[in-house]
Amino acid sequence: MAATTFRPPVSRALRAKRRRSALRTLGFLSPWLIGFAVFFAYPLVSTVYFSFMEYDGFAPPVWVGLKNWSYVFNDYVFFWPALRNTLWLVAVMVSLRVLFGIGIGLLITKIKTGAGVFRTLFYLPYLAPPVAATMSFVFLLNPGTGPANTILESVGLPAPGWFTDPAWSKPSLTILALWGIGDLMVIFMAALLDVPKEQYEAAELDGARAWQRFRYVTFPNISPIVLFAVVTGVIATMQYYTEPLVAAKVASGVIGGSGQQFEPGYPDRTTLTVPQTIYNLGFQRFDTGAACVVALVLFALAMAFTAILMRRRSGFMSAED
Amino acid sequence: MPRNRRTKGAALAATAAISLLATACTGSAGSGATDDPKAKTTLTFWHGWSAPGEVAAIEANIDSFEKKHPNIKVKVVKGITDDKLNQALRAGGSNAPDVVSSFTTDNVGRFCSTNALADLKPFLAKSDIDPARTFLPQMAKYTEHEGKRCAVPLLGDAYGLYYNKKAFAEAGITAPPKTLSEFDKVAQKLTRTKGDSYEQLGFMPNFQGYETTFEHYASQFGVRYFDAEGRSDLAGDPAAKALFTWQKNLADKLGGYKKLEKFRTGLGDEWGPKHPFHTGQVAMQLDGEWRGKMAQDAGLDFEIGAAPFPVPDDQAADYGKGYLSGTILGIAGVSKKQNAAWELVKYLSTDTDAVVSFANAIHNVPSTVAALKSPKLNDDPLYRTFVDIAQHPKSSHAPSSVNGGAFLLTAQDLGVRHEAGREKDLDAGLKKTDAQIDKDNEQAR
Repeated sequence: MAATTFRPPVSRALRAKRRRSALRTLGFLSPWLIGFAVFFAYPLVSTVYFSFMEYDGFAPPVWVGLKNWSYVFNDYVFFWPALRNTLWLVAVMVSLRVLFGIGIGLLITKIKTGAGVFRTLFYLPYLAPPVAATMSFVFLLNPGTGPANTILESVGLPAPGWFTDPAWSKPSLTILALWGIGDLMVIFMAALLDVPKEQYEAAELDGARAWQRFRYVTFPNISPIVLFAVVTGVIATMQYYTEPLVAAKVASGVIGGSGQQFEPGYPDRTTLTVPQTIYNLGFQRFDTGAACVVALVLFALAMAFTAILMRRRSGFMSAED
Repeated sequence: MPRNRRTKGAALAATAAISLLATACTGSAGSGATDDPKAKTTLTFWHGWSAPGEVAAIEANIDSFEKKHPNIKVKVVKGITDDKLNQALRAGGSNAPDVVSSFTTDNVGRFCSTNALADLKPFLAKSDIDPARTFLPQMAKYTEHEGKRCAVPLLGDAYGLYYNKKAFAEAGITAPPKTLSEFDKVAQKLTRTKGDSYEQLGFMPNFQGYETTFEHYASQFGVRYFDAEGRSDLAGDPAAKALFTWQKNLADKLGGYKKLEKFRTGLGDEWGPKHPFHTGQVAMQLDGEWRGKMAQDAGLDFEIGAAPFPVPDDQAADYGKGYLSGTILGIAGVSKKQNAAWELVKYLSTDTDAVVSFANAIHNVPSTVAALKSPKLNDDPLYRTFVDIAQHPKSSHAPSSVNGGAFLLTAQDLGVRHEAGREKDLDAGLKKTDAQIDKDNEQAR
């Protein structure tokens, strides 16, 4: 015989109380819910919808199935170079920025005199607007007239083509990113100053050398900040747009004249990034469908990277974190 | 990992990636010319000029228009690029332009095929204006796409060769070259190296050298771009191959791509007084008619001359032709004041006095037949060289295309790879370029 479950009758008053409670909860949640719906759910659903549509901003959208997806992956000549460049920058630029940020942070927290001067020197470039900073770098690294090559040539070193050479354009962007390391330096300095001194004293008593002190004391203490720097760095690099675009325009000479057209990615598509292709497709070619496909690819990649890093975060964090 | 942590991680990842989805899609088309052009109204006019002299010249024209049409006020917005223009034409709204001008003649195909700009045929018919007889034939051609006229020309640009007379005299050159083989010799003769750079370069042939673009060279060679079915046909066109081959050979003769690029990156801004032709760093320049005035304004310590750009040796009979472009004028497809807007478009583009005074003020070539014959037109011999190039029957502009000038950039990309030595097999490169152009056009249809 099947067991019957006894359910006490719920009084009308209790039901009303529960409903009130649910409404109150929803009321408190509503600012977030509205924000989520308007700024995340709606754009995401529309992006998926338009990725299957032909839409130029004028005529009503027309269903084209997988045509936009096929065009982006098979025929859009900028997509794969942009993706490769973005992944290269994510791997190299983010790693170097984190390493450099820790290095500068360590240097400034360890030196006895002049720390303030170094702090200012390293932080100041971060305050420069991206367009101005990039234009200055293209000028400094100008292969013909830039001071960098003049110095290199004067000491007998080879002078690269920097932003005009396909082999050097991404390293040049990386150097520019390292120059503006001020934000990470401040964060790492704060984290390094927070490491308890007694742990270093204990390590020294145990005979730990500099590298071991860093490996077993400093790094475990700053690892949550390293994770933060990596996650935000990956996301920022995936959105990398202004600097490569300005560098390519200035280095290629196509900077003036409203009538001039410009193929992004100079030289040889090496400075092309995924956000540039979204702009190119969406707001220059007005191919909304294909732009949505690329936006979704970028979204999926950002999700995947962030999820992997968050899953791996246990390796970065101690129990207290 | 505990489930709640995983969920939080996913939520964080989702939230962090929100900003990557930035493709809002709005706007709708729609037009109707039901407004009364005699009613009191205000039009918004967007144009691309930004130099003080140019802005003053267009405003002077607008002032005289307002005097003739006291019921119409014109709100002028300067310095507009095609990117901004395209977005505003889609977005519409109270601040959107009613009348627009663009320097990017290559975008006419896109403007017409998307109805971004209104069809002007009914307006032209109503005003009894025949574009084929009113405008220079080539300019009338580049302002329509597949039989659809969504723009009219407002002043034109013709391209030719500027040369430094002092450098010519020093090198013992007595006349500007007419064929490309003569041109190559002159360019080499005018080139003086200094270490691994140049004291004076005869000519900058590289595709990034300001106006030395694929499209500008192509007019000299008579490249036809597309076949009868509308498919890209650079590989089947001997003129295209001849262009790329000549350009790379000249670059090699003058020191090679790398050396030229290093020199190019150290040169001054194209639109400033330090342009390498002004400074004497480059002795010959492929450029438009505006360069003459810019060079004079820069106060050069040498005389300059102008002539048509040379043609391939087997086309010597066509010497005198050049690349043509210009400013186009249209009415926004979303404008609710199209009849009033037409009054402004008609005045700016067809009133002979307005066209001539504007052409004289900004040193551009008039686009109407009547203005070209006007005795009031600037008689500076440098300028007249370009007026003649504009009227040469073989002068041309690239064909219009559904995705604007994308096909020209694709062709130029092949040129850059070829001149740099990265595209070894030109025939294969031309075929690949054709395939790419066709795919891009197909996607844009």
